[in-house]
Amino acid sequence: MHPILKLVSQRVALGLLLLVSSSAMIFGLTEALPGDAAQAVLGQSATPEALENLRREMGLDRPALVRYVEWLGGIVQGDLGTSITNRLDIATSISSRLSNTLFLAFWAAVVSVPLAILLGLLAVRYQNRWPDKAISGVTLATISIPEFLIGYVLVYFIAVQMGWFSPLALINDTMSLGEKLHSIALPVAVLTMVVLAHMMRMTRAAILNVMQSAYIETAELKGLSSFDVIRKHAFPNAIAPIVTVVMLNLAYLVVGVVVVEVVFVYPGMGQFLVDAVVKRDVPVVLACGVIFAAIYISLNLVADIVSILANPRLRHPK
Amino acid sequence: MFRYMPVSAMIGLTVTGLYFLAAIFAPLIAPYGMAQVVGDVWEPSSSEHLLGTDNIGRDLLTRMIYGGRTTIFIATMATILSFVTGSVLGFLAAVLGGWADQVLSRMVDLLMAIPSLILALVVLAVLPVTVTTLIVVMGLLDATRVFRLARAVAVDINVMDYVEAAKLRGEGRGWIIFREILPNALSPLVAELGLRFIFMVLFISTLSFLGLGVQPPLADWGGIVKENKDGIIYGIGAALYPAIAIATLAISVNLVADWILNRTTSLKGGRG
Repeated sequence: MHPILKLVSQRVALGLLLLVSSSAMIFGLTEALPGDAAQAVLGQSATPEALENLRREMGLDRPALVRYVEWLGGIVQGDLGTSITNRLDIATSISSRLSNTLFLAFWAAVVSVPLAILLGLLAVRYQNRWPDKAISGVTLATISIPEFLIGYVLVYFIAVQMGWFSPLALINDTMSLGEKLHSIALPVAVLTMVVLAHMMRMTRAAILNVMQSAYIETAELKGLSSFDVIRKHAFPNAIAPIVTVVMLNLAYLVVGVVVVEVVFVYPGMGQFLVDAVVKRDVPVVLACGVIFAAIYISLNLVADIVSILANPRLRHPK
Repeated sequence: MFRYMPVSAMIGLTVTGLYFLAAIFAPLIAPYGMAQVVGDVWEPSSSEHLLGTDNIGRDLLTRMIYGGRTTIFIATMATILSFVTGSVLGFLAAVLGGWADQVLSRMVDLLMAIPSLILALVVLAVLPVTVTTLIVVMGLLDATRVFRLARAVAVDINVMDYVEAAKLRGEGRGWIIFREILPNALSPLVAELGLRFIFMVLFISTLSFLGLGVQPPLADWGGIVKENKDGIIYGIGAALYPAIAIATLAISVNLVADWILNRTTSLKGGRG
């Protein structure tokens, strides 16, 4: 087998292993901790007999390992189980919400990634002058500010005071793309601000790191035009760190989306997960948890593989 | 030590200190009782209620002061738990090496493969939500980051000559960890302390904002945002005050942490 192919398939296998073990951990956590789905349905004051009956009905009296294997097998076939609060099939309730969340995250990525790379380049170009300083100041501020503050400040000033957007981001299938985009403009702005600073700072560091290498100096000294220096020498070397930065921040979006969806009452996965936790609907929490974990792990895996492909030095780990 | 302190660190230290003092002396400085209803719903600010009243007519300034007390208390306890667990396990992994190191490190890898917020939500779906549960869940989830740092630092120290000497002298593992490694690993860990504390403040505020953290009538900053968020649509900014408090506390601690980081690293002759 080609060595790169082998390395990539190794990484994919490792990612799958991580995915299976994290699903086991999520399942195991809800299992090992006191209280279970039956307890959650009936509350603390339930009689032992009622608990017993409901456990048998829900199949909770069988060994945890058997239920885990069944649960995992179901997920692989697209069966996420049924909710215990409304008895609906979880896969059907999740599918539209998942696509809503991905829609939101996709547009946040479309706006934030090019903007972050552009601003990162600007910070390098004007290193240690005011644009650079302004960027690092803003970075410090946005790392310390909770997502919901950014969200409510935007809602308060832009949606309520100016009336440009609706304070709630409600979307449904009958809306046209333009209408949808208008209604998710504020959540996208919040998510962009959440990840932008971080991405920008890491892009700046990545490019600065490359521009200070000896081979860039050599390329300049042998008389290449600055465009050729960047195209032939700097860019191929900066691509791996930048892709890693982008992927890590997209993974971070997955978490940011939970809070932002609650702020804007957006019908997505995050809102769904939080509602399920409040109602102690364990099967829904498990399903959402596994989906979030899968997205997070696969984005990290992509970052890993891209950096291996872009940087030959990583292909021969010592 | 304070003579060459930059202005930014001074501001950070002052604001952080004020927040901590307000938290400690909350019952003395709060003008009303924590859950006492003293007026109408969402009264604007007046001389009686400096920040106005909240969604059920409690004095907002009082809620903010008590809220800060809860938020800072939980964040501090969780940070301590995370540091003690993370650094002890990290040092142990570094000193023991072999399979113990492998088991601990792979477990941490696994925990870090899933975002902490998602993992916390899964755990809080089955556990009863109390202040103790929150501190334990947050502290243990965050201990993974401290573990990585502590282990990395301790692995470097563990091969130093003075540690070798102590081992040859026949000192036990407890001595090696607490008398040889800990004093030398302290400065990077202290620099990390501020960042972990900020993360805890944001974490507990986020959980409370989602309704899964501190439960009413107990006040905390994230919870106050949640209680008053419906007012935003009517142009009432009550929910913004606690959010601003969280942000200013986090920025101040960050400024102090940056300064400590710069100091400790310049002592060693630059970041390495």
